[in-house]
Amino acid sequence: MDKFTAFESHVVPLPAENVDTDQIIPARFLKVTDKNGLGDALFFDWRYLEDGSPNPKFVLNEPASQGAKILIAGDNFGCGSSREHAPWALTGWGLRAILSTSFADIFKNNALKNGLLPIELEPAVHAKLMRDVQADRAAKVKVDLADQSVTLPDGSKVTFQVDPFAKRCLLEGVDQLGYLLGFDEQIKAFEARHDAL
Amino acid sequence: MSQPKTLFEKVWEQHVVAQEEGCPAVLYIDLHLIHEVTSPQAFTGLRQRGLRVRRPDRTVATMDHSTPTDPKRLEVVDDQAKAQLAQLVKNCEEFGITCYPLGNPKNGIVHVVGPERGLTQPGKTIVCGDSHTSTHGAFGALAFGIGTSEVEHVLATQCLLQHKPKTMEVRVEGRLGKCVTAKDIILALCAKIGTGGATGYVIEYTGQAIRDLDIEGRMTVCNMSIEAGARAGMIAPDEKTFEYLQGREFAPKGEAWDRAVERWKELRTDEGATYDRTVVIDASKLEPMITYGTNPGMGIGISETIPSADIYEEEALRAAHEKALGYMGLEGGKPIAGHKVDVVFIGSCTNSRLPDLRAAASIFAGRKVAEGVRVLVVPGSHDVKKAAEAEGLDRIFVEAGAEWREPGCSMCIAMNGDNLEPGQYAVSTSNRNFEGRQGKGGRTFLASPLMAAAAAVTGKVTDVRTLL
Repeated sequence: MDKFTAFESHVVPLPAENVDTDQIIPARFLKVTDKNGLGDALFFDWRYLEDGSPNPKFVLNEPASQGAKILIAGDNFGCGSSREHAPWALTGWGLRAILSTSFADIFKNNALKNGLLPIELEPAVHAKLMRDVQADRAAKVKVDLADQSVTLPDGSKVTFQVDPFAKRCLLEGVDQLGYLLGFDEQIKAFEARHDAL
Repeated sequence: MSQPKTLFEKVWEQHVVAQEEGCPAVLYIDLHLIHEVTSPQAFTGLRQRGLRVRRPDRTVATMDHSTPTDPKRLEVVDDQAKAQLAQLVKNCEEFGITCYPLGNPKNGIVHVVGPERGLTQPGKTIVCGDSHTSTHGAFGALAFGIGTSEVEHVLATQCLLQHKPKTMEVRVEGRLGKCVTAKDIILALCAKIGTGGATGYVIEYTGQAIRDLDIEGRMTVCNMSIEAGARAGMIAPDEKTFEYLQGREFAPKGEAWDRAVERWKELRTDEGATYDRTVVIDASKLEPMITYGTNPGMGIGISETIPSADIYEEEALRAAHEKALGYMGLEGGKPIAGHKVDVVFIGSCTNSRLPDLRAAASIFAGRKVAEGVRVLVVPGSHDVKKAAEAEGLDRIFVEAGAEWREPGCSMCIAMNGDNLEPGQYAVSTSNRNFEGRQGKGGRTFLASPLMAAAAAVTGKVTDVRTLL
């Protein structure tokens, strides 16, 4: 996994609450056996019209959204199913951070394992940022995981919380399975006691 | 005397292998259930690292999400799904995992198969790459859904990295009224605390109305814990739990059974133990529930009117409410009863077990499906199907004009050939009413099997109590 470095980007505003994983990637796109190419299915039913053409009213299709690495969405982002295809689709499209006021549990876990940073902002900060990036689609936001900060378009800086373990893994570009495999002896000892039950 | 503990804390503490400062706990997993959709990339990961499955004996696979349910044409929906199903068989063969493929007599929906085989047991930690793994908490297990990276972690190490969640007691006091069921309890909870209301918590359901439920009803409640955002839902095991499990294929036998029951009896929250939060529901005040919106928290009692956006002060919430009503083609302030229905779906890991089918059949008996309504009844497993047929439930459904299908997730996930057409309205016993969940453009009202059957025979959203 690549190391998670600080970056700056314009922002895709998606002012919808409770964006569920069925919207992020509909179930009919889950019949794959690999992780590649799922960016094409991201928000598919919002993104494309009946005839298959891009919906010009959906924010992801606007020229101003192209190349963005940050999405800002409403509360409880990623609720619903455990499909890791959701972060695979978001990163496949090019996103590296999602800003919201809260995230569903499993989605947050999945995102952090895929170099996608879920950032919880205070409701007032979030509401103002949503308005600001809607008003100026070129406005840039900087995300710095090392000092846990987001620099807003007006130059002000807010901090966010992140699980220290996930932060370390992201910054060092190591995956969590490597850490787990290091516990082999303890797991063996645990199994010796536990299997006897 | 030791510190009083909650049920959750007891199961958690019995499974912590290691816990380093500033790191999540290494939590041992007793049972890993896998299915075709969320496992292939995990096996690829194992191969890339040259790893084996640590405990194939603690891993069981079934196929359910993309399997077909039409008995007349048992054809997998497309080549991509076929390849995915074949991949699961190959992965299980290569890594020595027991698999119940399509057509196997033990096949069915993963959260129906685990309990009915006796794999699901009190005090176990159980995971699956599926958010409705919370179902298994009905037995006093700690069971939750995980992503595919975590599926790989469990395959490789039989462990997961987990931060200890907070605890929430949901106490359902009093007794349920006529035709008010487990499904109505959980829909009422989702409506009360919202779809993110229990994020970060493990729920323990307590109270008279929970104790009164049969095991299948408890599974329905725990199943939808995730729809309130909870990681897991749990219910302390009791005599009903033991009775359900005794004699099942993987339940302990003989002396081992007696020892297990003694251990399981300890799995209850101690007097004096505290939860981080408590929510109380009065069961006697509940009526049959139905959802009107596009998440499971948007539910009302059947006699209520559809809320209008005015109930919210905050602009974002008003907009979300308007958007949901717009998608559903509904108007705030209007009653929901009487709204037309095109399709009725009775099935899913929430409501596809024998008592669910019996409840639905009690309404279909001596009645006909309303004209123009399509009704699918999809048993959760081959065992459920066989048992239902043995008591003649299939004939009741078919004589009424419903379709009696093969087991699978069917129209709950709509990736297997069973789906709504754009614009259609369904009353569904499944768990999610998200936009397009049951098919692009489809519109879902979630309800109990009794309410679904009532809609089927009247062709509209109907208070089942008026049919008695």
